[in-house]
Amino acid sequence: MVVEPAELNCNIQQTSPIPLSASFHCRAGEVLAVVGPSGGGKTTLLRMIAGLSQPQLGQISCGESVWYDGKTNTLLSPQQRHIGYMPQHFGLFPNLTAEQNVIAGLDHIPKAERPSRALDWLERVNLHGLPDRLPANLSGGQRQRVALARALARQPKVLLLDEPFSAVDRETRERLYIELARLKSQLSIPVIMVTHDINEALLLADNMILISQGQMLQQGRPFDVLSHPHNESVARQMGLRNIFDGEIIEIDFERKITRIKMGEHIIVSDNVPNVKVGQTVRWVIPNQGIRYNSISRGRLCRSINKFDVIVESLLVMGESVRVIAAIAGISAKINTDIPAHLAAKLCLKVGLETTLALKSEQVHILAPE
Amino acid sequence: MNWEALSLSFKLSCYTVLFLIPLSVFAGRLLAFRQFKGKSWVEALIMVPLVLPPTVIGYYLLVGLGSQSFIGRWVEQIFGQQLVFHFSGLVIASMLVNIPFAVQPIQRAFETIPEDIRDAASCCGMSAWATFIKVEVPMVWPGILTAFVLCFSHVLGEFGVVLMLGGNIAGETKTISIAIYDSVQAFDFKAAGTMSLILLLFAISALAITTSLSRRIGGQNGRRTR
Repeated sequence: MVVEPAELNCNIQQTSPIPLSASFHCRAGEVLAVVGPSGGGKTTLLRMIAGLSQPQLGQISCGESVWYDGKTNTLLSPQQRHIGYMPQHFGLFPNLTAEQNVIAGLDHIPKAERPSRALDWLERVNLHGLPDRLPANLSGGQRQRVALARALARQPKVLLLDEPFSAVDRETRERLYIELARLKSQLSIPVIMVTHDINEALLLADNMILISQGQMLQQGRPFDVLSHPHNESVARQMGLRNIFDGEIIEIDFERKITRIKMGEHIIVSDNVPNVKVGQTVRWVIPNQGIRYNSISRGRLCRSINKFDVIVESLLVMGESVRVIAAIAGISAKINTDIPAHLAAKLCLKVGLETTLALKSEQVHILAPE
Repeated sequence: MNWEALSLSFKLSCYTVLFLIPLSVFAGRLLAFRQFKGKSWVEALIMVPLVLPPTVIGYYLLVGLGSQSFIGRWVEQIFGQQLVFHFSGLVIASMLVNIPFAVQPIQRAFETIPEDIRDAASCCGMSAWATFIKVEVPMVWPGILTAFVLCFSHVLGEFGVVLMLGGNIAGETKTISIAIYDSVQAFDFKAAGTMSLILLLFAISALAITTSLSRRIGGQNGRRTR
């Protein structure tokens, strides 16, 4: 069976048993990350696309084929949808060997061709010499690859990955990121990947949707969502910690600059949102928009948003250090994660008085909720 | 030593597991995977034979299957044979009494199958039947085996219900347990001892084999043996 590349369109509305509302599309060859906190409805959404559960209303289609339509009561079974699905814990059949697991997904080709095709796919996911092993005798990373080979060997119309890296150790995960990124360039089907880790979305996805409590909060390119969250809820879901209050004092439409007053400080933002002068707003700065003074010895960045700060605490977190610093003149504190070697180079320590700057293009004014 | 009673007991056990285990696989799978109204009541009903005295169960079966009852009359009209004091009645009684011993282990075994695996099977294109045969049955084998051994052994040793429903008819309803009781009543302790020893050895062997097989199959499935 040769599968024509097709776009997946999904529009789901549901109020019970779990409220869920999402509308998005995923083009062939594109990886769409579904990101959000645990219990937010990500897996439910994926199961609905797979046909493993039924939404109350909406439509799911892949190319010309309608998989689900609440109005016409159309509902194709998972078998009819011909998808590749990799569950969170891989769902390997424990009584079957790695090769037999892959063969189990090859019902669409003649029996005689199945063993060679299965071995071919195991090779393609870099699983050499282990076709006769039972899943219990494989490592987490090897199991993940067997599950991926089984899902891909079906030549699916859509590939669905549910938290594909959550059940493997960090080292294996890093290796699998590279393998999935390599496979991504070879696949010409929509790939939907559920994850709660924004970094995975940034690394692997072309687009993302953010889901929390069953509601789709924002969609777009992962970097855009991270640097331009629609509102405070999105900013918090994306792990942005530096959210402050301010008052709009000037909007320069010509130069595309907005000035915000925070205490005695004036913050310049290169963004011109739909706000008015005098309006109180919330604004956010992502980690990559913060520069400590000594990093580039006075030639920080072209931002004029400089603050005197006092380092209040340093928390070593693996290879990075979380620096919490109090901004002089106001009660606000700023959180920054910087590499440990850089923190050592800067001689950062508790009580140190220094200066930091905020990149004006990274200062983002949040829409009121 | 009453070989006829021993043979009858084995025959009764064989018929009971032959009919009961397939039904229990169906019921256990249904209870494990489906949510429906009144499920707790159905599960409680299945467990009733565990807590009721065998004589009470025997009494109700005697009344419910006797020639005065609707079922008893209907069977007698169709087959020309009454259920009580007959081998067929004993099979029905043994099946009813052993429902918890058969359904419980099988239901628990189905419940241990992760949802991920069943989802993956559907997404691999497998039909419900193919999933059952190729994926679920190999995973629930230890549970089915446990149910088989528990029921077989329990039927071999069944006394109260058999006596109430079947009486003590040699070659028809006189099982080995009743034969042991008869021997003791007749002060034939040698025969009672021999028959008891056979049942004891059978029980130990059956449980040892079950445990061993369960461990082997459980290990193959990559999980702990129940």
